[in-house]
Amino acid sequence: MAKKTYEKPTIIKVESSHSKAGVPMPKQKIRKTIGGVNIDEMVDKFGSPLFIFDEKAIREKYRRAYEAFSSRYPNVQFGWSYKTNYLKAVCAVFHQEGAIAEVVSEFEYEKARELGIDGKDIIYNGPFKPYESLVTAAKEGAKIHIDTFDEINDLEKVADELGLEIPVAIRLNMDTGIYPQWSRFGFNIESGQAMDAVKRIRAGGKLRLTGLHAHIGTFMLDANAYKIETAKMVRFMNEVEEKVGFTIEYIDVGGGFASKNHLKGIYQPPEVVVPTIDDYAEAITSALYENLKGNSYPKLYLETGRHLIDEAGYLVTSVVASKTLPDSRRSYIVDAGVNLLYTYFWYKFNIELTREVSGISEPAMINGPLCMNIDVIDESILLPRLKRGDKLVISPVGAYNVTQWMQFIRYRPRVLMVTEDGNVEIIREKEDLSDIEKREILPEKLKLK
Amino acid sequence: MRIENLAINKNGFAFDPTTGETFTLNDTAREIIEDLAKGIDEKEIAKKLSKEYEVTEEEAFNDVLDFKEKLKLYGLLS
Repeated sequence: MAKKTYEKPTIIKVESSHSKAGVPMPKQKIRKTIGGVNIDEMVDKFGSPLFIFDEKAIREKYRRAYEAFSSRYPNVQFGWSYKTNYLKAVCAVFHQEGAIAEVVSEFEYEKARELGIDGKDIIYNGPFKPYESLVTAAKEGAKIHIDTFDEINDLEKVADELGLEIPVAIRLNMDTGIYPQWSRFGFNIESGQAMDAVKRIRAGGKLRLTGLHAHIGTFMLDANAYKIETAKMVRFMNEVEEKVGFTIEYIDVGGGFASKNHLKGIYQPPEVVVPTIDDYAEAITSALYENLKGNSYPKLYLETGRHLIDEAGYLVTSVVASKTLPDSRRSYIVDAGVNLLYTYFWYKFNIELTREVSGISEPAMINGPLCMNIDVIDESILLPRLKRGDKLVISPVGAYNVTQWMQFIRYRPRVLMVTEDGNVEIIREKEDLSDIEKREILPEKLKLK
Repeated sequence: MRIENLAINKNGFAFDPTTGETFTLNDTAREIIEDLAKGIDEKEIAKKLSKEYEVTEEEAFNDVLDFKEKLKLYGLLS
């Protein structure tokens, strides 16, 4: 006689009439493919855990965002925010789509150059730009965005050294009605500090102000803040042109558009609270038209990162063990931990299974493999009883995780890209001991036998 | 051992007359509770499960031990 399908034994105390635990899950979240390729097959071939990026999804998102702006304003340029995800393959997709590079350190600058991006196609932001990197950026014609008065001094020295007048932009901060106000980057408009910086540049006579930049925040759920930002930047531009005589060629409104991720502490789902790209585009471009004077249309730069990449990235992890905790919850131990998921601190991720699992649901937590109590990917989730080897697909994780991840206790895993034509490419190999020990030096007298 | 007093119906609903608490459970859980109430030991229950279901005896053994832990936490087993 054929054996019956096994369901792991499950019992749930009925805590209240509203509890969703203890009944078959009405709708399990299942994801069997990414970019049309079977997830289980990718794990069989490439191992677990895996970060997987969907090239088609990246390109579609970019094109949709570009269209939202370019259909409203004639002079638009996106700069790919390297810090959001600087895997070469990911950057290359954005560059192929037409984005230039936006970098915030000499390391990111070198990375963009190494990938083949010309200096003139690099926006160089950041609160600390080492002197030598300013020399290189100035020589190569990068768009340097000044953050402090000290940096004005540095750049004037660079101008002397190179015998060049260096075109520059300044970074601005302002009240856009959001809390907390981001005030640590650049010069404040309301206090007059920003105009002082412009006058300081004019007085030095070695730099030429050609652009204005601001970055008002991250995961911005209020599109109207961008309208306020843009209006203030354009009015400031008008004032600079009238009073100081510089001609402003571009306005860079920065990044900060939200993705469809679920912020912890916000009850409503992202589909309800996150503005659409059209909302952001309308806010920014309407403010441009309302405040620009004459027929000049300065180039509009955008440094959108998270919005463009977050939803194209997945982390696939496998259940390696489970146990009952003293509070009767089930703990699933999976092979990927919070060292790979920096954005865990803000997001409650969407967690999906790769197969339908029969049986009643029970409250569970998902723990990573780190020998650390903080390694909790989800502390409260209803799941049917999973078996060892079952896979969980965690998303959206495309933004900030593969840049802020940490090698800690375990090796970092492979990163794949499912290409538009359905092929699967390894875009970052999994680490081994040599990666970690490459930079270590053991003094001779400490060498063991 | 309160599991002996549990009233379990075929739809996976269990009532504990001692405390008035109610539980939901699946078929595998019901079978294990019935066997534990009869005094059958864990290894023997695992063997039975592996004969009846598509599960190895080793996996079933771990599941029975884990399930007993849950019963203890609910106060159904001492």
